[in-house]
Amino acid sequence: MSEHDKLPEAEQIKRQSHYLRGTLDESLAERATGSVSDDDTKLIKFHGIYQQDDRDLRDERRKQKLEPRFQFMLRLRLPGGVLTPKQWLGLDEVADRFADGSLRLTTRQTFQFHEIFKEDLKPLIQHLDALGLDSRGACGDVNRNVVTNVNPHLSRAHRQVNDLAWAISERLRWHSGAYNETWLGESPAELTEDEQEPFYTYRYLPRKFKIAIAMPPYNDCDVLANDLGLIAVVEGDRIAGFNVAVGGGMGMTYGDDTTYPRLASPVGFIPAEDIVDACEAIVAVQRDYGCRTRRAHARFKYTLDDHGLDWFKDRFTEYHGKPLQPLRAYQLTDSGDRFGWVEDQEGQHHLTLFIPSGRVRDFEHLKLRSALREIAQVHSGEFRITCNQNLIIAQVPGSEKTAIQKLVDKYGLNDGSRSSALARNAISCVAFPTCGLAMAEAERYMPELTRKLELLMEETGTGSEEIRLRVSGCPNGCARPFLGEIALTGKAPGKYNLYLGADRSGQRMNRLYLENIDETQILAALRPLLERYAREKNDNEAFGDFLLRAGVIDKH
Amino acid sequence: MTASSQPSPLSDVQRQQLQHLLRDLNRQQIEWIQGYLAGFQDARQSAPTTTGPNETTLIVLFGSQTGNAEALAQMLTERAQTRGLTVECMDMDDFPVRRLKKERQVVIIASTHGEGDPPDNAIGLHEFLHSRKAPKLDQLQFAVLALGDSSYEYFCKTGADFDAQLSRLGAERLLDRVDCDLDYEQAAEQWVDKLIEKLADQAPATAKLEPSSITPVPDSGYSRKNPFCAPLLDRVCLNARGSSKAVYHLEFSLEESGYTYTPGDSLGVYAQNDPVLVSQLLEQTALDGTEMVTVKDESVPLSEALQHHLEITRLTPPTVQQWATMSESRTLAGLIENRHELMKWLYGRDLLDIWHDYPVAGLNAQTLVNQLRHLPPRLYSIASSQTAVDDEVHVTVAAVRYHHRGRDRAGIASSWLADRVNVEQELPVFIDINKNFRLPLDPHAPIIMIGPGTGVAPFRAFMQEREALAQPGANWLFFGDRNFRSDFLYQSEWLSWRKGGLLNRLDVAFSRDNREKLYVQHRLRENGRELWQWLENGAHIYVCGDASAMAPDVHKALIEVIVAHGGTDPESAEHYLRNMSQSKRYQRDVY
Repeated sequence: MSEHDKLPEAEQIKRQSHYLRGTLDESLAERATGSVSDDDTKLIKFHGIYQQDDRDLRDERRKQKLEPRFQFMLRLRLPGGVLTPKQWLGLDEVADRFADGSLRLTTRQTFQFHEIFKEDLKPLIQHLDALGLDSRGACGDVNRNVVTNVNPHLSRAHRQVNDLAWAISERLRWHSGAYNETWLGESPAELTEDEQEPFYTYRYLPRKFKIAIAMPPYNDCDVLANDLGLIAVVEGDRIAGFNVAVGGGMGMTYGDDTTYPRLASPVGFIPAEDIVDACEAIVAVQRDYGCRTRRAHARFKYTLDDHGLDWFKDRFTEYHGKPLQPLRAYQLTDSGDRFGWVEDQEGQHHLTLFIPSGRVRDFEHLKLRSALREIAQVHSGEFRITCNQNLIIAQVPGSEKTAIQKLVDKYGLNDGSRSSALARNAISCVAFPTCGLAMAEAERYMPELTRKLELLMEETGTGSEEIRLRVSGCPNGCARPFLGEIALTGKAPGKYNLYLGADRSGQRMNRLYLENIDETQILAALRPLLERYAREKNDNEAFGDFLLRAGVIDKH
Repeated sequence: MTASSQPSPLSDVQRQQLQHLLRDLNRQQIEWIQGYLAGFQDARQSAPTTTGPNETTLIVLFGSQTGNAEALAQMLTERAQTRGLTVECMDMDDFPVRRLKKERQVVIIASTHGEGDPPDNAIGLHEFLHSRKAPKLDQLQFAVLALGDSSYEYFCKTGADFDAQLSRLGAERLLDRVDCDLDYEQAAEQWVDKLIEKLADQAPATAKLEPSSITPVPDSGYSRKNPFCAPLLDRVCLNARGSSKAVYHLEFSLEESGYTYTPGDSLGVYAQNDPVLVSQLLEQTALDGTEMVTVKDESVPLSEALQHHLEITRLTPPTVQQWATMSESRTLAGLIENRHELMKWLYGRDLLDIWHDYPVAGLNAQTLVNQLRHLPPRLYSIASSQTAVDDEVHVTVAAVRYHHRGRDRAGIASSWLADRVNVEQELPVFIDINKNFRLPLDPHAPIIMIGPGTGVAPFRAFMQEREALAQPGANWLFFGDRNFRSDFLYQSEWLSWRKGGLLNRLDVAFSRDNREKLYVQHRLRENGRELWQWLENGAHIYVCGDASAMAPDVHKALIEVIVAHGGTDPESAEHYLRNMSQSKRYQRDVY
């Protein structure tokens, strides 16, 4: 009782929500506001939805005595980021009918719809359902979308990894009838408490939980940025099992030293046949031992740092019934995407397109959405979203390659060759005007920032370098900023913290270089470093590695 | 000291009014009032207070939704009393209709609403006189003063009805009826004086008092005739970008005006015509703007007369009639014959149009001026409570802008307030009292407010008042407009009142968000059961806004709710509402 009182609001709300139902029905029926009730804003996340408002208009509307322009962001659950052309066409229609006319590819390999009005949520989700898609658990204190490497050149491995992503996602999805009752109008089933939510129980998790699967040597999913990273070990033609890394996570809070980004620690090996059970066991440890009294301390990384990795290994053995096996050797080399056409071992073709900031929209000079719609109409394979917010037109038979390429040419789509190395490897989060957490611009600032950095790189003779740039509007890590060779995290409008020196394989985080600086200061700080890099770098030495070797940033 | 600290013979209303008045007075004002009251008392004592066998009491009945008829009735009463006449002045609703048979003299001052409908407080008498129950009134002398707006098809119809029906019932007409337009002051005053002369001549000689000694002077010195120039403090458009409408919230300072107002009152604003339109007119007519003309007995340059004193954006049937003669146009003459066609023709036409289509050769400036109606003040329901905002007064103004017959056109006052007045500029304003739109005297009484569009304005005042006075009565608002995201007037305030518990229910309807057009009356029906419970619990209903479609639709919906949930037939439901209206529980301010 007394412990219950000490629980943070978010923890109390989910516990009292009757398995995530809350007062969503009333909130959705209420016409005088475009928002849902305060408590329901927390619950609706479990349904894959964030309540937001247009922050550009917030002050203007306040003066007009109008409430903020409330709207919702909906994120799909799309394990592995794979969908059919028919689903693509369905989502394209959804974007027009119920959202802002754009599809946003995310760093967790899924779609976000923005500017959805409250009254459009139900019809939108019903459309998703008709497409065989849902948004259950895409946000909230549960296992989130399971991401994987996209592996365009490895068809067989990709199929296995993708199946596994689905299996894990299904095992760890929440089960309560709240989703189907609220959005699809199903009548409540008579269930016992145990049947409502067999794995999570009424408490769900202390915080979100992220799982990624990498296929070495590629690391385009930034596997170590996840609470649980699975690194495949391939023997011959099959996946023998996975090295397991635990406790990764990008988010931190400014001014709170007890919060920090952390890379996952590799702890052992699990055979392929046990992997889904093992994932459940690991999430169960976090469910039972994660901190529930301090939300900022509730991620798995803090549980591990509080108790130690040996403690974790013991708990794992206890929960899983078998111990972790010793780590196998692995190597991760690159966290970027391989742009352009690739042919796999089965003779299928895959085209990776660069999608700036993952935004699929009809821009004035680039009718990206129309182009992809037309491609989806003739494409017989699948679409894959990459964790770098790009898109692969995958599984194209040789006979259809020309047809696809014609459309790519017709619309001027970018296979990476039309952009600088800097631009095509850059990542930014959404930030203003929709994200409630943003402190500074990200996606909208990206074109201008890359133009200026490109110019600077030209001037310093580093123009062709593949420097990994990441910009996040806040320190919560949607753009995985702490794995950027150059990274900005928003502090205030026009002000950023500058981080430097991560590696390109996603295994070393960057360091804070300068705090709370504006664009002029950012460019001024980078100029001498790029000049030095041009002069002093070794062959094939990455910018981040150079900064470390040159002592510009500290080894930890 | 407050007026309630001693046992008081005053009614609740009187006490409230007195408190309201006294609250902000300075020492000098109080001293003046003391003197005034002494004089008033003397005058009363010298006036006959009882009706002797040979004395006749003049009954003055007013019926209007706004305060104009009432103000005129009071002026008549005061002037008649100074001539030694015995007068009883009252709201038509307060007059027991069967008394008519016993009375000798009655004066009716009535306005007309909507499509020729009597105002709410005149419905009872109007209906009685036109019913089979109406008695012979051979003993009665009467006179009718009608108020209206000549741009409506049924101009002054209610007054005309009373006039004709009283005569038909055998009563003797003391004085011919006069139909006053929006610029009624002069015509009405003349009629009143003429009537008093006639009555005084009829009456047995009595001691006549000097009128000057007790003519009541408005406490502030500012009035409708002598408006206070209030600085505009703030103006904000209440519609979000992308809206099809432009409604403005305006805040004025009444500091040092001495004005006091009560929620339900309106703010009168003397607006100006668009100088662009004035110069277009001068150019078209080739008249000299500097030529002096006479308006309201004052000599002013023509351009000033057109911009400040005369109505040039709207034509009225009398203007057309005169114009038909001057222009010798058969088309216009034909139009005059067909009232319905005339009204259609008038819609959206202004002085420039008629000049353009039917030019009058050699028209001189004064003749033009004589054709035009005086620019009437515009009245806006006050959207604030003085208890809450002190020296400020807030109004809600929909800017009327449209394109018609090849030109952009705009409502005079709304476009002036929205586009041409600057913040800090001073505007001539006055308070127009409306006793027929008042919060319940009982602070515990629940209220149901139905106010789509700018009709929501007085309800903001109601909520501010109930909040400031911590009145415990329950509150329910029905609001409607076109689009939820852009047109929900004062949305954040309603939501915050709901969150704070002052506003118990908030039901909204937006007509252009869905394929199906939904209005407040749909929400009334949807919530019929609960609405009926509120009525049975003594709720007061207030309706404010559009008179032509909304108010009748809402009335119909209320009837349906009463039939459906009160288990009665439509006739009894009408009766139920009529009773509510008579007991001031169903009040409307529609325009």
